[in-house]
Amino acid sequence: MEEELEGGVVKKFLYVNRRAPHGTIYAHEALEVVLIGAAFDQDVSLAFIDDGVFQLKKEQDTADIYTKNFSKIYSALEMYDVEKLYVEKESLESRGLTEDDLSVDVKIINSKEMKKLIIDSEVIFNF
Amino acid sequence: MLFGILVNEGPYQHQASDSAYLFAQAAIEEGHTIFRVFFYHDGVNNGTRLATPPQDDRHIPNRWSELAEKHNIDLVLCVAAAQRRGMVDPDEMKRNKKDADNIASKFRISGLGQLIEAGVQADRLITFGD
Repeated sequence: MEEELEGGVVKKFLYVNRRAPHGTIYAHEALEVVLIGAAFDQDVSLAFIDDGVFQLKKEQDTADIYTKNFSKIYSALEMYDVEKLYVEKESLESRGLTEDDLSVDVKIINSKEMKKLIIDSEVIFNF
Repeated sequence: MLFGILVNEGPYQHQASDSAYLFAQAAIEEGHTIFRVFFYHDGVNNGTRLATPPQDDRHIPNRWSELAEKHNIDLVLCVAAAQRRGMVDPDEMKRNKKDADNIASKFRISGLGQLIEAGVQADRLITFGD
């Protein structure tokens, strides 16, 4: 698909992940967009806020609910050159989580910095 | 202005598709152009031609088809989301050996790259859904 694009257009893409990983399909299908989007050589960031921070929780096990455990894909994002992952501090704290509970390296920012990240982005996907 | 539209919810259950339709219509009336409407998640269900809503209700899939016909708008269902939910065009019917297709007029099925492309090419990408 890349060749269909006009050459040289690079936009700041931000994927905002707001929902728990399981219970609805949004998080899973959001990840599919990120993986396909990675082929387009855009400036990509991922943000995790609200229950979205649970998407990065270590040691997820979905065997008993018969859904796909896609949590390992987050740690593979680096191979797709998706390296900017931002987690909102307040969302983590209010859920009793710390950086140690997360399965990938992230940058933890406060809600004010998160607001700036969103404002500075050009194409925002909200899942 | 060139708009991309993303619809993330199915018809009738949620207002997203209605709002997206009204937005597209208003944008066109104001002289703007719709680059593409991309349907994702349960939004792919907007593309069924088998819907039969009560006669006194709006026909959401037909309304999209008519708008696309009139203004030459590209209506795209995400292939991965469509396959999960049983939205099938003639090509997908053959490829997946199904006994029928159910896609409405002017809709097509394609990949998520079409959504990314809409983000890159359009001046604004507007999302409809929760």
